[in-house]
Amino acid sequence: MNKRQKGLLAFLLRKPEASISLVGIILLIVFQFASPVFFTGPNLQTVSQFFAPWALIACGEIMLLICGEVDLSVGQVFALTPFIMYFVAGAGVPLFLAMILALLVAGLLGLCIGFITVHFGVPSFITTLGAMLLINGLTLTISGGFPVDTPNNLLGNIFGGWAYSEIAWAVGVAVVMHTILRHTRWGLQTIAAGGNPTGAAEAGIRIKHIKIGNFILCSTIGGLAGILNAFHVTSIDPNAGGANVMFLAIASSVIGGTSLMGGSGTILGGLVGAAVLGILQDGFTLLGINAYTFDIITGAAILITMISNVQFAAWRRRSRI
Amino acid sequence: MSEATYALEARDITKRFGQVQALHGISLNLKPGEMLGILGDNGAGKSTLMKILSGFHAPTTGELLVKGKKVEFTSVDHARSFGIECVYQDLALVNTLSVYHNMFLNREILYQGLPFLNHRKMRELAAEALADIGVNVPSMDIEVGMLSGGQRQAIAIARAVASHARILLLDEPLAAMGAREASMIIALIERLKARGDVSMIMIAHNYAQTLDVADKVMLVQRGTCTFEGRSAETSVTELLEIVKREYRGITHEV
Ligand SMILES: Nc1ncnc2c1ncn2[C@@H]1O[C@H](COP(=O)(O)OP(=O)(O)O)[C@@H](O)[C@H]1O
Ligand SMILES: [Mg+2]
Repeated sequence: MNKRQKGLLAFLLRKPEASISLVGIILLIVFQFASPVFFTGPNLQTVSQFFAPWALIACGEIMLLICGEVDLSVGQVFALTPFIMYFVAGAGVPLFLAMILALLVAGLLGLCIGFITVHFGVPSFITTLGAMLLINGLTLTISGGFPVDTPNNLLGNIFGGWAYSEIAWAVGVAVVMHTILRHTRWGLQTIAAGGNPTGAAEAGIRIKHIKIGNFILCSTIGGLAGILNAFHVTSIDPNAGGANVMFLAIASSVIGGTSLMGGSGTILGGLVGAAVLGILQDGFTLLGINAYTFDIITGAAILITMISNVQFAAWRRRSRI
Repeated sequence: MSEATYALEARDITKRFGQVQALHGISLNLKPGEMLGILGDNGAGKSTLMKILSGFHAPTTGELLVKGKKVEFTSVDHARSFGIECVYQDLALVNTLSVYHNMFLNREILYQGLPFLNHRKMRELAAEALADIGVNVPSMDIEVGMLSGGQRQAIAIARAVASHARILLLDEPLAAMGAREASMIIALIERLKARGDVSMIMIAHNYAQTLDVADKVMLVQRGTCTFEGRSAETSVTELLEIVKREYRGITHEV
């Protein structure tokens, strides 16, 4: 390998956002050649609406992964939150207030999960696995298992009316979260809490506080994604979101360059990772490739990313790039 | 000298972790500008003692006094507000963060009136602080995990020194250092001593070095203090004799 090639490789590895963006661009080119309708307005709309939910959720999930935790139940919060809004609005509360209240409930769920995880020392994998079933049961109970129509008025138009509403929210939330991660104490201390919990505590960082905060954040973003989705599809489905959207959000985070080991990650990488999964899924649909193949590809992509993350981290340390 | 003039005093500190009694009642005192060296085997409880003085652990029993006033530290930050800063044995560095972020961990500098990190200022001050003590670090932006053990240790020390602490606790600050780096840190410690306003406690394993640099020394074995005295009035031989005697005591018990 010559020096220039090594320099490029080093750049791509050092900036995970760069390597996943490269993958995205290659996919765009491939699908553009393979299908004439790929680069048309309607299809781009479809793609963006497609991956917006898991792009949003990835923003919260990345913060949790960085501080060494994970939330498996966020997909169930995604389904529950719009129902809470629906029932509160049905009781005569203005829709906007109902929405705020529903988001508060989503945040409260995050608080409970975070509190149990941090104060009882239960791994979040377990607490949120439990919460996943519990919240799903709650949604099915209050909805009776049937979908309802999303209450509609001006608010619905603001949050879901425009074809690009959801993706605009996703990008907006990503920019805010990126700023929080890179340019505030909260972000820095989130990295410290996951990178070296003992050391961070010795430096006086309140790790429990940071972790609980990120659980609240992730859950609230999950609720917001659920509400946006409800406005967009104009119905509220008890089976919306679920494990699928949670899994895609975590997959986006990981292939975007966030470590499952904690201590490092990038919001922008996660956003691009989410787009790549969306493009992949859409492109396959256009080409008439079986949906199951998508799962095989996603699964393989995650495995390859995980292996290369570990390998490259060691390689980086050896060659000090 | 009256009690009130001690910068830091610990009285009969004990610490129990579940079944393990790490400290059996240790007392120490430190005048302003004075340096205490702590020697002792691994597992003797030295680090535990430091973590109690730094507010990381609460003692099981016993009391702490700063400038003669009784205090109960509720957190590391609380102890820090009394001017106490600790370089922990594990260094408390985050490998995935840059050098300058580590230098300002939990003491981040923000833009005035805004909740945003002032990266430029932190980078500048970190570079200054490291240059000040003569440490070579390739870049302020490099992740700490990429650096050598000695460099990492130097960063942890520079961080504590740059905080303008009045009481500096150093837990085996020379452990991962080569000869050149170690002599740099010793020189730094001597400069701080010469300034006369910083009190220090240093845990170390090198008896001769410790006697050389510290005003007084303390031997900690199995959670108790087995010797305490002025450096000038004791010797490596005497200290080793006490250690050996204690060791024989253990083997006889068995
Ligand atoms: N957080 C802790 N929980 C339980 N036991 C601990 C903890 N910290 C230290 N100990 C125990 O206390 C004893 C003293 O440890 P330490 O203070 O680290 O010794 P030293 O620094 O002198 O080598 C050891 O037996 C150690 O296992
Ligand atoms: Mg120790």
